[in-house]
Amino acid sequence: MALLQISEPGQSTAPHQHRLAAGIDLGTTNSLVASVRSGVAETLPDTQGRHLLPSVVRYYADRAPEVGEDALAAAVDDPLNTIASVKRLMGRGVDDVRHIGAALPYAFVDSSSGMPLLHTAGGDVSPVEVSAEILRALKQRAEQTLGGELQGVVITVPAYFDDAQRQATKDAGRLAGLNVLRLLNEPTAAAVAYGLDQGSEGVIAIYDLGGGTFDISILRLNKGVFEVLSTAGDTALGGDDMDRIVAQWIMAQAGIGDGAGHSRLRHLMQIARSAKETLTAQDRVEVDVVREDGSHWTGELTRAHFEALIGTLVEKTLGPCRRALRDAGVRTGEVQTVVMVGGSTRVPLVRARVADFFKAEPMVDIDPDKVVAVGAAIQADILAGNKPDEEMLLLDVIPLSLGLETMGGLTEKIIPRNTTLPTARAQEFTTFKDGQTAMSLHVVQGERELVDDCRSLAKFELHDIPPMVAGAARIRVTFQVDADGLLNVTAEELTQGVTSSIEIKPSYGLSDREIESMLKDSMAHAADDRDARRLREEQVEADRVLEALQAALATDGDALLDAGERAAIDAAAAALAGCRNGSDYRAIKQAIETVEQASGVYVERRMNNSIRAAMAGHRVDEFNT
Amino acid sequence: MAVASSPTHFELFGLRQSFAINRQQLDERFRELQRTAHPDRFASASDLERRISAQHATRINEAYQVLKDPLRRGRYLLGLAGIEFDDEHRTTRDTGFLMEQMELREALGEVRAAQEPFAALAEIQDRIGNDIQALVAGLTELFAGGDAASLQAAGEALMKLQFFRRLQDEAVELEVTLEDELT
Repeated sequence: MALLQISEPGQSTAPHQHRLAAGIDLGTTNSLVASVRSGVAETLPDTQGRHLLPSVVRYYADRAPEVGEDALAAAVDDPLNTIASVKRLMGRGVDDVRHIGAALPYAFVDSSSGMPLLHTAGGDVSPVEVSAEILRALKQRAEQTLGGELQGVVITVPAYFDDAQRQATKDAGRLAGLNVLRLLNEPTAAAVAYGLDQGSEGVIAIYDLGGGTFDISILRLNKGVFEVLSTAGDTALGGDDMDRIVAQWIMAQAGIGDGAGHSRLRHLMQIARSAKETLTAQDRVEVDVVREDGSHWTGELTRAHFEALIGTLVEKTLGPCRRALRDAGVRTGEVQTVVMVGGSTRVPLVRARVADFFKAEPMVDIDPDKVVAVGAAIQADILAGNKPDEEMLLLDVIPLSLGLETMGGLTEKIIPRNTTLPTARAQEFTTFKDGQTAMSLHVVQGERELVDDCRSLAKFELHDIPPMVAGAARIRVTFQVDADGLLNVTAEELTQGVTSSIEIKPSYGLSDREIESMLKDSMAHAADDRDARRLREEQVEADRVLEALQAALATDGDALLDAGERAAIDAAAAALAGCRNGSDYRAIKQAIETVEQASGVYVERRMNNSIRAAMAGHRVDEFNT
Repeated sequence: MAVASSPTHFELFGLRQSFAINRQQLDERFRELQRTAHPDRFASASDLERRISAQHATRINEAYQVLKDPLRRGRYLLGLAGIEFDDEHRTTRDTGFLMEQMELREALGEVRAAQEPFAALAEIQDRIGNDIQALVAGLTELFAGGDAASLQAAGEALMKLQFFRRLQDEAVELEVTLEDELT
């Protein structure tokens, strides 16, 4: 419930229309978009009734890229220009890609920013741009189906995604012209869809084996509050790897060497996937492969042999399960339900091992392909403001510890993994040279002691430190992680009260400038006038601020503010109302900021009241319980 | 975290300031507080509200972490009483305690060679768990006492608790290593 909106039951707020919002599951293999319509969250199909959109983008030299089934169909024939599983490359650097790249048949190009680019017929593209194409296609589908512009979306990410991978996803959303309300962890999204469906309470585990990533999350559900206790996983382990193992077996049987071309590899992967899927229902499948020279190899793969091939991979998923349980302080017996998410959880061996490990029968009622998008849609509906009385709340955690590089290439943990979000930690530093005005901090993510064994996140360069004697400066650096799991750093020199400006150099991402220029390029092709869009956005925000403010003041403006404070707020509000209908978006933005300045204290007081009211029934306990 | 030091964590949660705590009640209060303050409640509100709510939600999370954990809660209470808990210079003359630390350490070292390493490890972990429970019970009494001597003794008990925590962590690390070696 927005702070400045009336919260008394029985009083009506200014009526607002239902805001169009959607949840997007941006998967490695398939993507989906879902929305809440008439109180029901459901995935939206395309014009041909297909709900899943293959996460495949095909680039052409002379036309716009193609996304989905048609692109997938071309994957075998045009492997270098048809990009699949781009999720594996999000937030990854050039060196990572060398490891992953061996398994992906693309042509990579080094770029100056440390981010790998894919060389295609349509130009060199970054993984972020490829993902943006997929998001654009889903945006279009949603807007056509819902009959209007999307106000906001929730995009899901693997819970185990690090900061760079998350930022890349958010950047892709921005590039696609989406207002990303929130990045939501996939297991949490599944928990929401499942939890609200079954109405259960207690401790649940979400076992999410997607195409390219594995997540395990342990949650506690209690009266609509979904509290993540711990999360663990492997961002490079998924159903695709099962396909690869089978493909390698086929290659060995059929005498196809490693030097097989890209087309051949794609062909083999598709056959392998198809065989895997068939073995879910049948206990043997015939495999037919075409060799380079046109000859065929036919063989049979039994389920027993398939299970022998993938056995180690499945065992590998149990390591993170053990860790998640340990971190949550929960024993296997305490887990009441295990929810299976992701197409690969249909594999019988996976279900059997999971049932055995958790000593609980896995829940598979909800379509494992759709459950994440559905959960995201439910949250999008709430965050967009369509359900002001909603009790549901998601409390998620940071999956990996955040640390700072210290002397000798070691790391010092500043925020431990599985800390509930949002969170913040402040640390004090000082200068080591007389007159030093700048300082660099290297932030990493991971659990290891050595910096080199962790993932480099970014270098934060602090500037404008007032020059002083070495060691005299007291620089407080505050690391904040928001609900999306993204890090924000601020710094202040305490003895002089000077805020340092911070330049962020992401290790594997796009700088703000790069994104801005990409946005500019894409806008140039768009029909929208960029300024007209900005004006509309500022006007909408202005209306929101004014409406909420007036309503709040009517309730307790007299009680909480003195004459001077009230006058300042009224003046700022009047100024905003005055320029709202004009055509200068910058003026409106400035006026909004002035209102925020003036009403800061008021908002703070209201927040404190709100919290005190929540605890009102429980004032200082007199009895020791 | 640069937020006003008053109210105290206890006041924020509407709980009486004491070492003894009702875990269930604490959990319920935590959920109620976050229902009010969490940034998701303000996702479609103004930037200012979102920023302020994020600060409050962070504060609530921090307070919950402190109140949930006996060691942190104890240290916090000492802090409120103006007593510093100095990590590095604490020593103890409690020979019984020192002996037990040594024994437990030795036992951990012998786990690998045991017939059933996991069973041996579990036994040690149970022992540590019991020791910790006893310490926590003792702390409840000491803090209830409230006088200078009791608080001094509480500080010493907290130091011992910290040692046991480290042993617990080492035991877990050993468990992880043994598990990894299996796969």
